[in-house]
Amino acid sequence: MSTPSYLNLSSDQLFDRRPLTRDPSLRRNRINQLFTLIAGIFASIAVLPLFLVLVYVLIQGGKLISLGLFTQLPPAPGLTGGGIGNAIVGTILVSAIASLLAIPVGVGGGIYLCEYANRGWFAQFIRFGNDVLAGVPSIICGVFVYGAIVATRVFFDQSYSAAAGGIALAVLMLPTVIKTTDEGLKLVPQELRWGAYGIGASKFVTIMRVTLPAAFTPIATGIVLAIARAAGETAPLIFTALFSSFWPEGVFNPIASMSVLIFNFAIMPYEAQNSLAWAASFVLVMMILAANLLARWLSRIARS
Amino acid sequence: MTPDIPPALLADQFTLRRRPPSEKLVDLGFRQLTLCLASVVALLLLGIFFTVLHGSEEAFHNFGLRFLTTSSWDPVNEQYGALVAIYGTLVSSLLALVIAVPLGLGTAIFITEDLIPLSLREAIGLMVELLAAIPSVVLGLWAIFVMEPAIRPVLDLLNQLLGWTPFFNTVPQGPGMAPAILILVVMVLPIITAISRDALNQVPPELRQGAYGVGTTRWGAIFSVILPSAVSAITGGVMLALGRAMGETMAVTMIIGNSLNFNLSLLSPGNTIASMLANQFGEADGIQVSALMYAALILMVLTFAVNVFAQWIVRRLSLRY
Amino acid sequence: MTTSLQEQMSSRTAQAGTCMSLQDVTISYGKFEAVKNVFMDIPCGKVTAFIGPSGCGKSTVLRALNRMNDLIPGCGLKGRVVFDGYDLYDKRIDPVEVRRRIGMVFQKPNPFPKTIYENIAFGARINGYKGDMDELVERSLRKAAVWDECKDKLKQSGLALSGGQQQRLCIARAIATEPEVILMDEPCSALDPISTLKIEETMHELKRSYTIIIVTHNMQQAVRVSDMTAFFNAEAVEGGTGKVGYLVEYNDTEQIFNAPGQKATQDYVSGRFG
Repeated sequence: MSTPSYLNLSSDQLFDRRPLTRDPSLRRNRINQLFTLIAGIFASIAVLPLFLVLVYVLIQGGKLISLGLFTQLPPAPGLTGGGIGNAIVGTILVSAIASLLAIPVGVGGGIYLCEYANRGWFAQFIRFGNDVLAGVPSIICGVFVYGAIVATRVFFDQSYSAAAGGIALAVLMLPTVIKTTDEGLKLVPQELRWGAYGIGASKFVTIMRVTLPAAFTPIATGIVLAIARAAGETAPLIFTALFSSFWPEGVFNPIASMSVLIFNFAIMPYEAQNSLAWAASFVLVMMILAANLLARWLSRIARS
Repeated sequence: MTPDIPPALLADQFTLRRRPPSEKLVDLGFRQLTLCLASVVALLLLGIFFTVLHGSEEAFHNFGLRFLTTSSWDPVNEQYGALVAIYGTLVSSLLALVIAVPLGLGTAIFITEDLIPLSLREAIGLMVELLAAIPSVVLGLWAIFVMEPAIRPVLDLLNQLLGWTPFFNTVPQGPGMAPAILILVVMVLPIITAISRDALNQVPPELRQGAYGVGTTRWGAIFSVILPSAVSAITGGVMLALGRAMGETMAVTMIIGNSLNFNLSLLSPGNTIASMLANQFGEADGIQVSALMYAALILMVLTFAVNVFAQWIVRRLSLRY
Repeated sequence: MTTSLQEQMSSRTAQAGTCMSLQDVTISYGKFEAVKNVFMDIPCGKVTAFIGPSGCGKSTVLRALNRMNDLIPGCGLKGRVVFDGYDLYDKRIDPVEVRRRIGMVFQKPNPFPKTIYENIAFGARINGYKGDMDELVERSLRKAAVWDECKDKLKQSGLALSGGQQQRLCIARAIATEPEVILMDEPCSALDPISTLKIEETMHELKRSYTIIIVTHNMQQAVRVSDMTAFFNAEAVEGGTGKVGYLVEYNDTEQIFNAPGQKATQDYVSGRFG
């Protein structure tokens, strides 16, 4: 048997051996620093838009904040002054309709998925469908509600209405609510359910009194985030709730909302309208950030 | 509470030794109720699909598959083709991803790999998440009044330097494809960052240690071991972001210019399916509604394919680890 | 500059045959001390075993020897770990260089999600290996006694092997870079008895060319494989809630198991606790 060639070389010759001290000029150390620098720059670029958007919304929108902004109607084109009172009421009303529809349906559906049909084909199918629904573009939700409700005039022969807008937003919220309920319930320890069954509680009582309260925080967090997202949505509202320059006239009539107001007023050639768009952005962003921080706080107290 | 009562009498104090039928009924009824509520998801999906399909029938009969390849959008002569919008949807979302993926992935690495103190990492993560919460329409407003004027000099420079290529041969004049792409980058960045961060956090710590144990540098470990292990989840996240970018409406509509003419140049106004819907749907009637529904159907099919592909990738990954 | 550091330290490790020397090492996680005041000279070319009950800090000490603890946020070390004339915790030391010279095998087999061949070649390549890669892969796998099982599937994923084979692949990966010391952190705890036996045989082969330090829960294993044994124990901190580990006794394995100098050692090795 011939001697393998590697035996002629010691490991010091075959490998780079350096002293243990750090040598910053080494290629690998320079590459390391370079990539850390690049990643740092990328991270700064990623947070830059948030700062810029917040700064402009605060400056441009903040300077219009006054009592009149909340109590007055938008001015007619060409006039100045006015407020966005109807849009604020409208956003709250439409989001409330959406929540009233999406929360019961979503929580109920989530309960079915997790508590009754956990691993069956039907549950898998619904979960898949839920993910698909979550990926449907929001404008398509608007098209759907337009085709199904606005164009068919199902509500007392009314076409555009706050109710139609609420339904469109509900379609958008539903996947989030179902998903957070399903996953929130999954986190509840199995022992808790067994404990309730063990003292003879029925499934209904177990879910209502034990499982659902135990999963309250993650579900509430998800719902708060879903409402915040829906409140800022515009695309599903443009041709369902439409817009109105007046105070809301019930749920079966067109209604103003802050998001549609921003869209309409941003592209108008009048300065007064443009500034009202900024003011509405300010109010909307503050509401949404507050909801996000509330959700974060909720999940933090749940963890501790 | 009443310790003196003998056991025989204690039993009499329970009135419900046997479950009454009403309790069973409630149990069963609740189950059926939640089943119905869960089915709403399926009904909605079917409803959306058939509404759009039904609405697009007329346009499909009139224009057939030519709709995909012609670019005239002419309400006067009732001739419709969605090429401009389809091209704009694909180009804007793909180019946005080309920019957003390195940025998001780099950010995710920066906030997962212990390069900076934990509190700073959490702060950056929080800020990226809050960026995702800013409504699209507010970003659109910001894009019109702040971003577009700010980047105009850069776009002018691009036009001067690269004007000889068809992609930059028009003079930028306000709204256009390029600012729309940038605002899309801002919108998908949080998704890519969040999903990449989760994917990197899920790489088993043993693998990381193994890499450091054979003497890799930090970035050596990231490139050779950590990223390859997380690549499927990251790809899934990128696909989800692609779906979101294709369907994104408001900010794009406000800044893309909504042009009906085909133009290769990124500096000229363009259009996407979503922004065409947002702009025209409210005022359209007759076959134009049907043509818009047809375009909506194309958008749905595109996003559906991308989302299903994303889920398939993510699911395949969860089997492996 | 580097030589002055080396000269400064070399007098301390002049005693022949000392590979690593721990001098008053105290390791803490945040505010909590995990192990304190460890003094120990680990000989070259021998197998040294760390034994002791759970939570006594033996793994922590092992991981301090090639600065793997750097990866745990908040983990700090006081005292000195001297290797090859350097204090490994000196500011000027590059931990990457340390890990190239002091390899490690972990508790859970952790092959990279690459082919078997690449698992071995990866470490060698980043260590600037200049020789024949095929040869190195074969030699390393042979030394780790896993060549016969994987010679026909070098292009398959390392994850396709069984647990015991994966762990021997990880040993092969560690020795492929020709380190001077191999640290093994309970390398058999996730394995069945037959795989364990094979790994122990591998260790007997390896100690001819490497210094091996192994943490083990299994006292028979310590007796079977090691020349020297260190017994760690943990005691409650006065006024605190946690426990802090310390080195009870360090001697020839024979001595530790047959004539221990401390009562705690006697109790532990005879199975009276732990």
